Amino acid sequence: MRLYEYEAKEILKARGINVPIGLLIPGHEQSTPIDSLVPAVAKVQTQRGRRQKLGGVVAVDSVTSALEIVQKMLGREIGGEQVHHVLLEQRIPFEEEYFLGVTYDSLARRPVAVFSDRGGVDIEEAAAFQPDRVHRLVINPCKKFRNYHACDWLCGLGFSGKRLRSLTDIVNRVVSMFFEYDAFLLEINPLARMADDNFVALDCHIDIDEDALSRAPLKHVENLSNRAEGTRRLTEFERRAREIDELDYRGVAGRVVECPGNLGLLIGGGGASLTIFDAVRDCGGRPANYCEIGGNPTVRKVKELTKLLVSQPNVEKLAVIMNVVSNTRADLVARGVIMGIREAGKDPCETIVVFRLPGSGEDECRKLLNYYGIPFSGRELPIDDAAALAVARCNKPVGNAEVSHGHFD
Amino acid sequence: MGILTDQNTTIVVQGITGREASILVKDSLDYGARILAGVTPGKGGQHVSGVMVYDSVRRAVQEHGVNASVISVPPLAVRDAAFEALESGIKLIVILTERVPRQDIVQILTSAEEEGARVIGPNSLGLLTPGVTKVGGLGGSVNNTRRSFTSGTVGVISRSGGMTCEVANLLTQNGIGQSTCVSIGGDPIVGLNFTELFRFFQDDPETEAVTIFCEPGGSMEEHFAAYYATQEHPKPVVAFVAGKFVDQMPGTRFGHAAVIVEGVRGSAQRKVEVMRKAGIHVADKLSEIPRLVKTVLNHGNVH
Repeated sequence: MRLYEYEAKEILKARGINVPIGLLIPGHEQSTPIDSLVPAVAKVQTQRGRRQKLGGVVAVDSVTSALEIVQKMLGREIGGEQVHHVLLEQRIPFEEEYFLGVTYDSLARRPVAVFSDRGGVDIEEAAAFQPDRVHRLVINPCKKFRNYHACDWLCGLGFSGKRLRSLTDIVNRVVSMFFEYDAFLLEINPLARMADDNFVALDCHIDIDEDALSRAPLKHVENLSNRAEGTRRLTEFERRAREIDELDYRGVAGRVVECPGNLGLLIGGGGASLTIFDAVRDCGGRPANYCEIGGNPTVRKVKELTKLLVSQPNVEKLAVIMNVVSNTRADLVARGVIMGIREAGKDPCETIVVFRLPGSGEDECRKLLNYYGIPFSGRELPIDDAAALAVARCNKPVGNAEVSHGHFD
Repeated sequence: MGILTDQNTTIVVQGITGREASILVKDSLDYGARILAGVTPGKGGQHVSGVMVYDSVRRAVQEHGVNASVISVPPLAVRDAAFEALESGIKLIVILTERVPRQDIVQILTSAEEEGARVIGPNSLGLLTPGVTKVGGLGGSVNNTRRSFTSGTVGVISRSGGMTCEVANLLTQNGIGQSTCVSIGGDPIVGLNFTELFRFFQDDPETEAVTIFCEPGGSMEEHFAAYYATQEHPKPVVAFVAGKFVDQMPGTRFGHAAVIVEGVRGSAQRKVEVMRKAGIHVADKLSEIPRLVKTVLNHGNVH
C-alpha cells in the first residue's frame, strides 16, 4: 500500500532526514505563507508513477502563478487518478541527484539497498545501460543494521569526508525505517546534494507491506484501509464483489475484474483461474469477468458472488470451473451457486453451461447437481476441455445434442 | 523414493488445534504420514486425532525426535513458530499460512540458511510423495489424494497450490505417476524455488522428468531457465505458464528500486520465450503436458 509523497516526507522529517519546506493544499494553508515558498514546485499527490511525464509537476515563480497552477491541478485527472491534494514545495538549488532505495530481492530472498549517483526520472534507463553506476548492498535481516555497514559500503563507492558522514547517516536511517514500517519499497529519488554537502530528499516513495499494516506505526495516516490500489479504479461491479469477499474472513470469493463479454466465470483457485481464463479466451470465449475463489469460502459468499455475476445485464451463462480441490468443498460451492442463481431469478439448469469441480466433497456435489438436472464434470474432464465446452454451450442452447464431452476428447 | 521426504519423515504440526490444521492432521494420518506430535502453546496434554499436543516444539522434539514441521498458525505468529522449529533442530519446515509479512519471511529464510534447514512456503499446500507420505494439506481427504496422486517418475513443482493437485491429477489421468509433488507457495518471496528443487530432482534416481507450473510476475522462471541452460545433462522439464492474458491488462507499476533489483518483471510471454530458449519444453495449453511428458520420458531431451 503506497503512501502519498507528503505522508512519506512527514516520516522522513520525523526521522531527521531533510525535506524541502512545503505546504499541502488544501489543508494547511495557514501554516506557511506561500510567498515564503516561491520559487516553488507544485506536485500533484497521486499514487502512480510517471506523474512528472504526465504534467503533474510544475515549477512556479510567483504567488499568483502558484495559486493558479494549484487550482488547475486540483480535481484534475492524472493518469486516470483524481487529484485531491497538491504539494507546494520550496525549490532547492542542488549540485547532484542521487538515488537511494531499499527493497527485497525475491531471488536472493534478502533486503537490498540500492544507491546510484545517477538519480532522477531516468534511473531505470541508467540501471539498464550503466549498471556500473548502480550499487547494491545485501542486508542481513536478522542482524541490526549499523552505521559502519553503511559507511563501509559508501566508502567503497568513493565517498569521503563530510559527504560520507552525511550519506552514512541517511542510509542508516532509511534502512531502519524500511524495517520499522514494514515497507517493501522505500526510495528517495532524487536525493539531492547541495553545495554545502548536505542532502535533501526531493521525492520519496514508500510502499507498506499490506500483510503487516496492523503492526506498522501508521496510526496517524488517514484512510489507510480503503485506499485505491494498483493502476486502475475499481468499477461498481468490482467494488460490490470486494464487499462480498469481506463479508467473512473464511476463504476467498472475490478478486473480481470486470470484462466486456457474455460468459460469467466462477473460477478458482488462483493459478487455476489464470489457466481457465486463458483457456476460455483461447477457444474464442468472451468472459464477463475474472475471479478467484478458493480456501473453502462459505456458502453465503459463493451465493452472493454468483448472484452478482449472473445479474450483470450482459451475462447469459455461467461456467463454474475449478482445479481439483483439496480444502475447498465442492458441495458447498455447488450449494452457493444454485442459491445465487435462483435468488437472481434465473434457472440454474439453464444458466450453468459447465460445472467442473473435482476433489473434496465431489460425490455430494454430484448428487446435489443431479437433483437440479445439472451435469457434474469431474477429474476426467481436463480444464481446457471444460473451458471449450463452456464457450460452445454459451453460444448454443444448453442441452444441444451436438455439444457433448466426446466432441472435445 | 522422491525428494526431501521418505518413510522416515516424522512430523510435528505447529498450530495443530486450529480449524484447518486439525482437518489436515486427520487427512494426513489416513494417507500414512507420520505425524507424531502437535504444538499449541497452552493446550499441552490435549489430543488431535490421537496425536499428542505439546506446549513447545522443544518438548515435542524431546519426546518424539521429529524431523519435519508443518506450520499452520496465524500470519503474525509464523516468524516465532519457524524460529522455534529451527532452534529445535528441525531441518524441513513447511509453512502453510498465507499473508505472512515479507520482513518475517526473509528473517526466517536467512536463519534457515544459517542452520542448514529447508523451508517450503509460505502460502504453500506442502509436498507429497505418492504412496509414501505428505507434509501439508495437498490433496485433502485420503480418497481425493489417492485419486489425484499416483507413484511414478515425474516430479511436479508448482507456484499454485491448487494447480499442484490439478497437474498431478492430469498426469494420473494419463497414466503418468509422480515422484514428489511440491507446492512452493504463491507469495513473491518463498523458500525453495524452481532451481533449488530441480537440483533435488536431478539427483533423485527415481525421477526421470520434471513438470513445472508457472505464473506471471517475479523472476523465478527466468532464473531457472538461466540455470538450466548451463547444465550438461539436465533431466527434461515440461513447463506451463498460466495467465497470458495478464500481459494484456494494465499492469501494476513497480517502484524503480524493484525494477533495478530484479529487472523488468517477467511477463508470461517472456517466461515462455526464455524457457524455450534454455531447452525447456513449454506446453501452450495445460492439457498438452501429458503428451510432452510422455515424449520426453520415451525419447529424452530431444529438441
